[in-house]
Amino acid sequence: MKLTTPLGEEIKKLKAGDSILLSGTVYTARDEAHIKMKEKGIPFPPVGAVIYHCGPVIKDGKVIAAGPTTSARMNSLSGFLIDAGVRAFIGKGGMSGEFLTQIKGRAIYLAYTGGCAALAAARMKCTGVHYSDLGMAEAVWEIILDDLPLVVAIDSEGNDLFYDVGEKAKSQFLERWSTKKADETGN
Amino acid sequence: MTENKNVSPDLIEKIQALTLEAIEEAMIVLPDDVKNSIREASIREFSPVGRGELKNILENIRMAESLRVPLCQDTGIPVIYLTLPDTVPFSQSIIDAIYRAVREATSSVPLRPNLVDPISRVNSGDNTGDNMPPVHVKPGNKLSITVLPKGAGSENVSRIGMLLPSDKNNITRFVVETMLIAGSRPCPPVILGVGIGGTFDTAPALAKEALLMPISSMTLFELEICDAVNALGIGPMGLGGTITALAVKVRTAGCHTASLPVAVNIQCWASRRASREVRL
Repeated sequence: MKLTTPLGEEIKKLKAGDSILLSGTVYTARDEAHIKMKEKGIPFPPVGAVIYHCGPVIKDGKVIAAGPTTSARMNSLSGFLIDAGVRAFIGKGGMSGEFLTQIKGRAIYLAYTGGCAALAAARMKCTGVHYSDLGMAEAVWEIILDDLPLVVAIDSEGNDLFYDVGEKAKSQFLERWSTKKADETGN
Repeated sequence: MTENKNVSPDLIEKIQALTLEAIEEAMIVLPDDVKNSIREASIREFSPVGRGELKNILENIRMAESLRVPLCQDTGIPVIYLTLPDTVPFSQSIIDAIYRAVREATSSVPLRPNLVDPISRVNSGDNTGDNMPPVHVKPGNKLSITVLPKGAGSENVSRIGMLLPSDKNNITRFVVETMLIAGSRPCPPVILGVGIGGTFDTAPALAKEALLMPISSMTLFELEICDAVNALGIGPMGLGGTITALAVKVRTAGCHTASLPVAVNIQCWASRRASREVRL
């Protein structure tokens, strides 16, 4: 499915596991940018906006590499963005804790393939920067996406692919490798 | 910088130039065995979401090659493996030539400056400093330089265990548990380098050396561990699926009768390595 920012009610139809192609403007933000935006204000129209957890390498206004960073670091930093109208977060590895309650009925989490910096750069155009005093990796970059392939990892109802996969892996491990079983097989 | 009169300036220059070449190739082009393995995985993967992730990875590999840019923004720490023939004495001047190549590559490829002081966290800015990157030297028939850039995401979830000798049947369990704890963090599908035996320091070194081996074939033992890891269902990028590990490679060394060190060095899908031979 193809989606274009700003996002609206259509995100509520998306289910965990759906693949989408996202186009339009997104804003990069890591730890420092979240703290700055909370203090000094969000420097872009937040309604329907999309945040990308990414510290890009930008050279002469061009995106050189822009893979996702680990989103879990922003678990407790994202509430004010959702309250302001941000509809989606793109990153790597999923999110948990209070974030899951905050996005219910309001926003979704999109996973972008870790390490795919060259592919990302090929589908991105940099159009501006906010809070550049934070440095290249931490600044809020305005980037236009052209069909970036993403997976809905957490939908607006709270269905969470990462959580489900983690729980299944845990029970599979316990079933096969519990101490009792190891003893029985002579291990 | 110390000069050793036994190593000619001409040879030092060649070592520097070929190290630079190896770093550049490693950052941009994945080895054929790794590319083939990911391609096969994209066909074998059962989960549509997992297949989508592998498709993105394959597209990323193609883009990096055609744009001549690094595959991943984490260009890692370039771990260097050197073999020296009897005719070339090992000297500081060789290490210095390698460090110069790393500094040059940092600005020419470019590489992300990743190297910091462990306590002050001040970045050296050029990926060298305080005995880094590591240079491992072994005798060999040829003068060869191999570069293995190692990213932090997968390095951070690597693990060593000092198992009991009676645990020898639980080596597989330890490797699988390491991957269970790692989950999505090392950017699966991964390659697991497993070092078994030696002393406390040997096992992780063996585990990393195991990552230098081609993944086009596995022993029965390696295959058994690989299947057990894949049974976890973590899948590409931790989004679920049949392919969590592309391969497992094992290296062993003798060990104390009372010890069983086992180390697992996790490597993300971007299993980068490149070698150059320096003609004498």
